[in-house]
Amino acid sequence: MDFSNTEEQQMLQESVQKFVYKSYDFDTRNQIIASEQGFSQENWDLFAELGWLTVPFKEEDGGFGGAAVDLAVMMEEFGKAMLVEPFIANAVLSGGVISEQGSAEQKAELLPKIMEGKLQLACAYAEPGSRFNLANIKTSAVTDGDTVVLNGSKTAVLNGSNAETLLVVARESGAATDSEGVSVFMVDASSAGVSIQAFANVDGKKSAEISLKDVSVPASQRLGASGSALQALQNSVDRATLAVSAEAVGAMESLLHKTVEYSKTRKQFGTAIGTFQALQHRMADMFIECQLARSIVIMAAMKLDGGEDALEKTKAVSAAKSRIGKAIQKVGQEAIQIHGGIGMTEELDVGHLFKSVTAAEIMFGNTDYHTERFASL
Amino acid sequence: MNADFTAEELQFETEVREFLQNDFPAEYRAKIDAGIRLSKEELVDWQKILYRKGWAAPNWPAEHGGTGWTATQKHIFATEMGLIGAPEPVPFGMKMVAPVIMAYGSDEQKQRFLPDILESNVWWCQGYSEPNSGSDLASLKTSAVRDGDDYVVNGSKTWNTYGQYADWIFCLVRTDTSVKKQEGISFLLIDMKTPGITLKPIVLLDGHAEVNEVFFDDVRVPASNLIGEENKGWTYAKVLLTHERTNISGVPRGKRRLAALKRLAGNTDDGFGGTMLENSAFKTKLAQVDIELQALEYSELRTLAALSVGKAPGPESSILKIVGTELAQEMDEMFVDLAGYNCLPFVPEQFEDGFQGEAVGPGSSAAAALTYFNNRKLSIFGGSNEIQRNIISKAVLGL
Repeated sequence: MDFSNTEEQQMLQESVQKFVYKSYDFDTRNQIIASEQGFSQENWDLFAELGWLTVPFKEEDGGFGGAAVDLAVMMEEFGKAMLVEPFIANAVLSGGVISEQGSAEQKAELLPKIMEGKLQLACAYAEPGSRFNLANIKTSAVTDGDTVVLNGSKTAVLNGSNAETLLVVARESGAATDSEGVSVFMVDASSAGVSIQAFANVDGKKSAEISLKDVSVPASQRLGASGSALQALQNSVDRATLAVSAEAVGAMESLLHKTVEYSKTRKQFGTAIGTFQALQHRMADMFIECQLARSIVIMAAMKLDGGEDALEKTKAVSAAKSRIGKAIQKVGQEAIQIHGGIGMTEELDVGHLFKSVTAAEIMFGNTDYHTERFASL
Repeated sequence: MNADFTAEELQFETEVREFLQNDFPAEYRAKIDAGIRLSKEELVDWQKILYRKGWAAPNWPAEHGGTGWTATQKHIFATEMGLIGAPEPVPFGMKMVAPVIMAYGSDEQKQRFLPDILESNVWWCQGYSEPNSGSDLASLKTSAVRDGDDYVVNGSKTWNTYGQYADWIFCLVRTDTSVKKQEGISFLLIDMKTPGITLKPIVLLDGHAEVNEVFFDDVRVPASNLIGEENKGWTYAKVLLTHERTNISGVPRGKRRLAALKRLAGNTDDGFGGTMLENSAFKTKLAQVDIELQALEYSELRTLAALSVGKAPGPESSILKIVGTELAQEMDEMFVDLAGYNCLPFVPEQFEDGFQGEAVGPGSSAAAALTYFNNRKLSIFGGSNEIQRNIISKAVLGL
C-alpha cells in the first residue's frame, strides 16, 4: 500500500504550483474574472502547451491516461488558487461526454482540438426543474428527415457563454425522467434559435442560461447512437463531480492554512487569538474535516481507476461528494467566523475561497442529493 | 405558570396586526419578499409612518415621545413586525445612541438630538469597532485631544453600517492613554459633515457595500458634543451594548422565514416528479428548525417574564443572541439547498433598488447564496458568538 504521489503526479503537481505562483495571484484572478470572457485565453493556451488538457483523457484518445487520481492531484492545486478557467466544463465534462459517447470519427475530430486548447465546449444538461436528476430531460429533439429540431431551456451551463459548440442533452423519446431516449447533440453556439444569457457564478466561473427555440441541427451532429447517451453523461458527470470535489479539497486546505496563520497574527485582549483554546479546538476540527475530505476523494479516485463495477464507482463518487459537502460547510463557515469581519470582505481571499467551496457543494448535486443517491444505490 | 396574554394584551395584538396590515406599504413588502433592498428614502418613509402612529420608539419612555409600553407590549409589537416582515427602525439612532443620550446626556443634548431621532429626520451611524479592535473593543485607539473648546479627533472606525446615509456618528474615542484601557474612553457625537471625515465603502461577499471604514483626520468636534463625563465612555457604551442585545432572538422573523421555506419547498421540483416538501432530508430539517424556534421562543418568553417583573436583562440574553443567529444561519443554508443551481449566479446588482437590466434566475432563489454569505455576519457582529459564550461561562457559570 502506498498513498504517495508517483513521480509523474508529483511533476504535474509542481507544474501547477509553479504556474500559480508565477501567474495566478489573487489580484490577477480578480482581473480575469472582471474581463468580458471571464477566463484567460493566454492561460488556456499555456495549459495546452503544458499538456494539462490531456490529463482527463485516456491514452487511446491521445490523452495522458485519464486516471482520476492524476486529475485529483491537479484539481486540488487548481482549487487552492481558485482557478476560474473552464477546465472541468470543457476538458473533463464535455471532453468526457465525447470520449464516452462519440463515434470514432467524432472523437478523432474533436478530442485533439480540446487537448490542443483550440475548442471551447460546454455541456448543457441541467434544466429548470430537473434539479440534480440527470435523467430529467424535457428539452425535446424531434427528427425531421436529416435534421433534428431542438426546443427547451438549459440552466447552469458552465462555460456556456464562451463555448463555440454546445453539447445539448435532449430527449428523443420517453417520459421526462426515463433513462432511455436521451441523446447529445453538438450545436453551434451561434445557431439561429440559441439564446445565451451569460454571467459569472459566485465562485467566479463563467456560466450561462441557454434557451433553444426551434434550433435545427443535422442529424450527423448527434453524438453516437440515438437515445443512448444517459450512461455516458452519468459517467462524465461522475468524473466532473470527483474533479470538483478534489478542487474543494484544495480550497479547504487554503482556508485552513489561512485561518491558522491569521489566528497567529491577529491580536485581541493582548494576545494572538490562536492562543485561545476555544479557537484551537475549532481549528483542529477544521483540520480533521480537511483530512477526511481528502481521504474520501482519494478513495473515490482510486475506485474510478480500479476494477470495480460501474455501480461501485458511482457510489464512491456520491460518498465523496456527500462527505466533502459536510466538510465544506464546517471548514468554510469556521474560516469566516475565526477571521471575523475581515473574512466577510471582498478584498480578502478567504471570503472568495468560502464562496468557491459553497459553489462546489452545489455543483453536480449537493450534499443531500448525493447522500440520498448513495443510499439508493 | 402560564404563557397567556391578558385580554388587554390580546386586544393590543389585534390593533398592532391591523395597523401593520393596513399601513405597512405593500410595495415595500413585495420588495422585501423578492430580496430587494429598501432605499434610504423608503426606510425613512416607513419610520415616519410609525412615528405618525406614535409607535416609532417602543423602547423609549413616554416622556421622550416613546410608547411607554410594557415589556409584553414591546414583545407583541416586535413579533407582529417580524411576522409581516416590516423592517425595524434602523437601530443606530433609535436603539443605540438615544438610550445613552437619555441616561447620560445633558438636557440641552436631549432636546437637540432626541426629537430628530424619534421623527427619523437624522440618520445615525455607529463608531465603535476599529480595524484592530473587534471583540476586544476597549483596546480602541481613535484619539480625541482637547484643544480649547474642541476635541481634535484622529483615527479610524470600521464596520460602520450605512455610514454613507448618516448625518451623525456616535464614537468611542480615547481621551486618556495613561490609565487602564477601559478608563480612558469617552463618548463623542460627531457631525458627519465635519471637515476631515472620509468614508471608504467596504464591499462584502454579497457584492453590496453595506459597511464602511470611516477615517478621522484632525476632525474638530465641539466639546459640547461630549456625552457625560470625559473618560466615562466605556460605562455608557456598555449600556448601549445591552440594548443592542434585546430583541435579538429573531423568533418572529424566523417563523416568517420558516413559512417561506415551506412554501418554496412546495414549489420546488425535486427532479424526480415530486416537490422538495416531500423530500425526507429536507422535511427533517424543516422539523428541526421548527422545534428549535419553539425552544427559542419559550426561552425568550421566560426572559420577557423576568423583565416584566422589573429584572434587568441578564447574561441570559446571550443565549438568545447565539441561538437566534445560528438558527437564522441554518435557515440560510436551507434556502441555498432549495435553490440548488439557481443561487449560483453572482449578479448582486439585480437586488439593488432600481435595477433595470435583465434578471438572472427565478426571483428570490437567486438571492439565497448572497443572503447566506451576508448573514455569516450575524454570528460575528453585536458581540461575536464567542464573546457571548464567554459571557455565559463567566457571568452565569462563574468559570
